[in-house]
Amino acid sequence: MIQRTAAVVAAKATAAFSRRFRLGGGTALPGLVAERINPSLIRELSAQLSEGSVIVTGTNGKTTTARLLRSIAKKAGLKPVANRAGSNMMRGIAAALVDGAGWSGDIPSVEKRLGIFEVDEATVPLVAEAVRPRVVLFTNLFRDQLDRYGEVETVAAVWRASVAGLLGDTTVVLNVDDPSVAALGAVAQGQVVTYGMKDTSSGEAKLEHAADARWCTVCGSELEYTAVIYGHLGHWRCAKCGNVRPEPEIFCGQFQAGKNDSRLTLKLPGGLVEASLPLAGLYNAYNALAAAAAAAALGLGRAEIQRGLNAATAGFGRQERMRVGGRDVQIMLAKNPAGLNQVLRTIAANGSNADLAVFLNDNIADGRDVSWIWDADFELLQGKTRSVTVSGVRAWDMALRLKYAGIDGGGAAPHVEPASSEALKRALKTTPEGGTLYVIPTYTAMLEVRDLLAGWAGRGAFWEGE
Amino acid sequence: MKGLALRVAHLYPKMMNIYGDRGNILCLERRCEARGIAFRVDGLEIGEPLKPKDYDLIFVGGAQDREQRLVAEDLVKVKGKRLQEAVKRNIAVLAVCGGYQLMGRFYRTAEGEELPGAGVLDLHTVHPGTDAKRFIGNIVIEWNGTTVVGFENHGGRTFLGDRVQPLGRVVAGFGNNGEDGGEGAVYRNVFGTYLHGSLLPKNPKFADHVIETAMRRRHKDFRLRAIDDAVEDAAHEAAVRQATRRSIIR
Repeated sequence: MIQRTAAVVAAKATAAFSRRFRLGGGTALPGLVAERINPSLIRELSAQLSEGSVIVTGTNGKTTTARLLRSIAKKAGLKPVANRAGSNMMRGIAAALVDGAGWSGDIPSVEKRLGIFEVDEATVPLVAEAVRPRVVLFTNLFRDQLDRYGEVETVAAVWRASVAGLLGDTTVVLNVDDPSVAALGAVAQGQVVTYGMKDTSSGEAKLEHAADARWCTVCGSELEYTAVIYGHLGHWRCAKCGNVRPEPEIFCGQFQAGKNDSRLTLKLPGGLVEASLPLAGLYNAYNALAAAAAAAALGLGRAEIQRGLNAATAGFGRQERMRVGGRDVQIMLAKNPAGLNQVLRTIAANGSNADLAVFLNDNIADGRDVSWIWDADFELLQGKTRSVTVSGVRAWDMALRLKYAGIDGGGAAPHVEPASSEALKRALKTTPEGGTLYVIPTYTAMLEVRDLLAGWAGRGAFWEGE
Repeated sequence: MKGLALRVAHLYPKMMNIYGDRGNILCLERRCEARGIAFRVDGLEIGEPLKPKDYDLIFVGGAQDREQRLVAEDLVKVKGKRLQEAVKRNIAVLAVCGGYQLMGRFYRTAEGEELPGAGVLDLHTVHPGTDAKRFIGNIVIEWNGTTVVGFENHGGRTFLGDRVQPLGRVVAGFGNNGEDGGEGAVYRNVFGTYLHGSLLPKNPKFADHVIETAMRRRHKDFRLRAIDDAVEDAAHEAAVRQATRRSIIR
């Protein structure tokens, strides 16, 4: 008890200090301090959450799905304890719990507290062991930063072992459109809730180049798809051994894409929900569906789910919009081929005069191997760009990829400017007033771009004077 | 250049396509088309036979372990003999990452299991165990008086026999085994390398060398004319700078 108080107090002080001196927003460092003083802090504090906790994991959509789930939980009168975007390993969870605790070292018991943790794919077993979640949500598994996570099959094996080790009172929520996620149902000890996309009208005619898990998880044969939603997600079956996508109990029956929003009809236990999601793109419809399924597994009602989705806002760098110098800037984080393809499709659907700024970094958090850009379908933007600026540590790799994809800025080659501040100014300048600039950054570039844009927001066309 | 064609057999495109191997095929296609050379690529999956005389170049990319195992089986049972025949006929082969390992005599896994390879290159690969350091990072090699740059990510250590030469010398990075300074292997018209990134787009000189080698079997003294490689060269140089900068820190 004394150790817990000491750990929480020290961590809270660290958080305040690092926020004051802007040492990275105070996310992971307090968690590190707390864990050093009391290694079982996560276990002790999470046990105090009156409503228990839910883990959200998967390659793509963690941050947005967790954010949507928070919105729903709030509408249900719960007070979420949640880690911040990207800080999704043990330290990030510890920091979130410390933040939720009082200076006494305990989480106040008078409030209905629900832990909502987005968790790094490989860290799921550790976190699940420590927080004993009520619900674990698995969204999808794509190739992602192979230098960091290892192979897709390695992550799938970690998940299988983790699910098999969960206690019988943990509900597992699975996206059955992903064959390797659906396969987790077979090893689950407790209840399984399944979700999937029924409306296939916005899907693809065939598997994308970057499609990974197209092999049967049972017999290894190539799967057949009657419908592809995106990546390797879809309605699959194995002709050889009969392994087939289970019919999901929760599904999206209709998806209508808008420029900056979507309308969804979700089938939930007990009835339908019509939601107006203020986010564009099929991948966000999936995120909403995942959040709704997890909320249903937690026993939250349809009215709250609807209100929570309707009230959602974009997360950190995920279709986040800013107004800078009379231009509308949308930041669309891209980390891997499947996610990037969804971003490219969303931009391509919004007209044929896109102003674009692409930032490619190769820091550890981005993945040091940039070969993944060759697996993404930049060709989708052919003939749809008016101006293109390329930046980041690996700007020239991106320029070359765009050359191959035939992407140009209205007849001119993409402009290469490795310095991000200069690149962003140039991109803003080439975007007409009142127009939209789409910024596609990798993770560390996103942090940089956000900071720059936030500093400029509200000012006029300041670059004119420079 | 009328009537010229490059005919490529792409082995296992569905299974061996990790690390941007598509970029290599796109690059071959683009650089051929720019010279008026017709380009044709056939994907040959597991179970599909390889007919060497139909092709000028055989390409095989990288894969994850699970796929590599299935491919290894097919290489030995279905395509191995034809592949050896192709090499004897001086058909060009470009094998990258996992595909490079598979061209050797055998691959010993982390668990000690020995998987036979296609046996077209006199080399073998040993994975020293799951605790051993993986060779991951940017890599630059010296090749033919210039540089080739890419990214490597392999647990296996490759050791060359007497009948093959390394493709290049490591300037920054690990290479075949992290010990002898060699990277990749060359034998007749077979090129094996750990470099991806994608390999060919930002190494235009090496890409052209592969194309010329493949074309010369049917067209003696064949030479490609120069094309505009400004973006390619800039990407090459930027990647070399990045790789050599990183290697100092490491």
